[in-house]
Amino acid sequence: MDLWNLRPVTLPAELEGLRQEVRAFLDEELAAGRFSTHCDQWLGGWDAAFSRRLGERGWIGMAFPARYGGRAAGALARFVVTEELLAAGAPVAAHWIADRQSGPGLLRFGTEEQKQTYLPGIARGERFFAVGLSEPDTGSDLASVRTRATRVDAGWRISGTKVWTSGAHLAHTLVVLARTAPLADGDRHAGLGQFIIDLPHPAVHIRPIRLLTGEHHFNEVVLDDVLVADDRVLGEPGDGWHQVTSELAMERSGPERILSTFPLLAAAVPSLGPGGASALGGTVARLWALRQLSLAVAGRLEAGVAPAVEAAAVKDLGTRFESTVIDLVRTLVRVEPDPGATDEVTRMLAESVLHSPGFTLRGGTNEILRGVVARELGVR
Amino acid sequence: MNDIIEALESSVRAACAKHAAEATWNAPLWTALEEIGVTTLAVLEDRGGSGGDVATAVAVLETLGEHAAAVPVAETALLAGWLLATAGAPVPAGPLTAAVADRLELTPGADDVHVTGTVPRVPWARCAEHLVLLAGEQVLLLRRDEVAVREGRNLAGEPRDDVVLDTTLPTDRVLEAVPGLATGLGRRAALARSALIAGAARRALELSITYAGEREQFGRPIGRFQAVQQHLATMAGEVLLAKVAVEAAAVALDQGSGDEVAVAAAKTVASQAAGVVATLAHQIHGALGYTEEHPLRLSSTRLWAWRDEAGNEAAWSASLGGTVLAAGPDELWPLVTGGTR
Repeated sequence: MDLWNLRPVTLPAELEGLRQEVRAFLDEELAAGRFSTHCDQWLGGWDAAFSRRLGERGWIGMAFPARYGGRAAGALARFVVTEELLAAGAPVAAHWIADRQSGPGLLRFGTEEQKQTYLPGIARGERFFAVGLSEPDTGSDLASVRTRATRVDAGWRISGTKVWTSGAHLAHTLVVLARTAPLADGDRHAGLGQFIIDLPHPAVHIRPIRLLTGEHHFNEVVLDDVLVADDRVLGEPGDGWHQVTSELAMERSGPERILSTFPLLAAAVPSLGPGGASALGGTVARLWALRQLSLAVAGRLEAGVAPAVEAAAVKDLGTRFESTVIDLVRTLVRVEPDPGATDEVTRMLAESVLHSPGFTLRGGTNEILRGVVARELGVR
Repeated sequence: MNDIIEALESSVRAACAKHAAEATWNAPLWTALEEIGVTTLAVLEDRGGSGGDVATAVAVLETLGEHAAAVPVAETALLAGWLLATAGAPVPAGPLTAAVADRLELTPGADDVHVTGTVPRVPWARCAEHLVLLAGEQVLLLRRDEVAVREGRNLAGEPRDDVVLDTTLPTDRVLEAVPGLATGLGRRAALARSALIAGAARRALELSITYAGEREQFGRPIGRFQAVQQHLATMAGEVLLAKVAVEAAAVALDQGSGDEVAVAAAKTVASQAAGVVATLAHQIHGALGYTEEHPLRLSSTRLWAWRDEAGNEAAWSASLGGTVLAAGPDELWPLVTGGTR
């Protein structure tokens, strides 16, 4: 079984050097009060100016070739930069989708013109993306999308409704998964395509779907007969399933599946007495091991392999871990969580609790991911 | 490096298959492993070892754990061999064992030392040709016939014997220990057990996958039930996590950097994995796995024994928690990423 060939990765010295650069930058930003630490910032921390400052340093779209504004870096370099940003609780949501999904997707499947149009802006931290995948009746079963793409002379006309679309109200560009051919009996994964739509667009109606906290990150996106020109089809019409799932290994195995509550853990350490040593140590042990696992998957990605099953395991273990941090802090620090508190631990405990349902849902529910693992084990 | 590891793993796997035996002490397998050259891995060649690093030894231990091999390779290579080599002494041939012996009484004579006392639960003591004991500032090298053994066993029936000493040793077998040897020995023992756990857990998972595919209830293999699939996936996650953690900790030990955190974390997650995997493996196997006729017990009893040996998850968590608290909040993330700020 391929699963057992996963080996740990030792980061080369130059990436440890890169890590120190990112830490120095973050120290400076914090000292200047340019951002404050929060939990789950890759969903909630939208700060366009911060993203631009990262772009200036070359830390977005790092895998792009130099002609598109990147540095042709591998998956491990991106791993180091993103884990440092997440551990510091920095606001990374604005560029997150562009850096993790849309950018790599464009680089791999886009036309030369699309790459020249979009990638340099992504790398500068100036062009932000949203992706329209889920629909009112389409969650875990992504192949059941009903948004229709109908062929017309000038390109395609897209109609349908997307939900949970993070950042669509602020993004510059939306990438939509739609059905280009009716659902066939044989292959559910055939007949899907991806379409690029610049925002705002008169036929795209975006409405907030507020989180239970009232925060506005998610949106309902209604596509009302949107005309998409042929030059804004991403990749091949009909190949959408393959295109969307090709980035899943990176999407599911990254440090963001482990670190959503890390800022809370770090902030709580001074409040833990010697009586909390054992519980703290158990949590840190798990964190250390999960990071090694996530890093090992990044090592595979760097080598050009897409370890989908290993990635599913990381996400299952990592996102369950994120909630155990909450229980550690709750039971040992014993404060009543309050999102408006000035005390960091009290505030971030509240943020973590209120965001926690999402941890094990987004990017594929953990139950579905365990099914993916079970299939690899040969029992499904 | 990975090529060497994979070649050794495959030789060890073949030896385990050829000499599969359920004995307290598998002497033919030991001989075969000596011939392959893995019984003194990670021990310096000029001290009589076969060289190599801890990462290679750990890979071999994972394979031995998978096969429930009744041989003291962990004790010989990673513990006794290392203690002797570090103390500057040659490593004798044959199976060895090692233990921390902090309650012995040493009485120096003119050109010898008299040693009395008891060392509890020494792994494989009755099968070892030599015993290496870390007694405070001294490393003692004893022949098996110089000590008395009160036989004991762990949950899997592996020898965990009390060693009773009342013997006089020549001074050339009483060596000066370098500082920090007890800490190092504790980490190596924990890492070795973690590696064995990773292997045994993988075997328990594989047996469970096979059984879930064969056993039929309600007209279909039980592996078709999502509840059983979820158990198997949970086990696979734990096994994968333990495996990568153990191998990463071995690298940290080889590099002499970050191993305090790495080994504590590896033993913690390995001991946790042992519990989860053994429980779910038995649940999947039903009553059959609970009997003497099914081989699952070879893995599960070892998982239950090894999770508590060389420090269980509570002990290593407390140790790691103490390290984190002493370092302070700003050092937490640098500790997790293996360096310093």
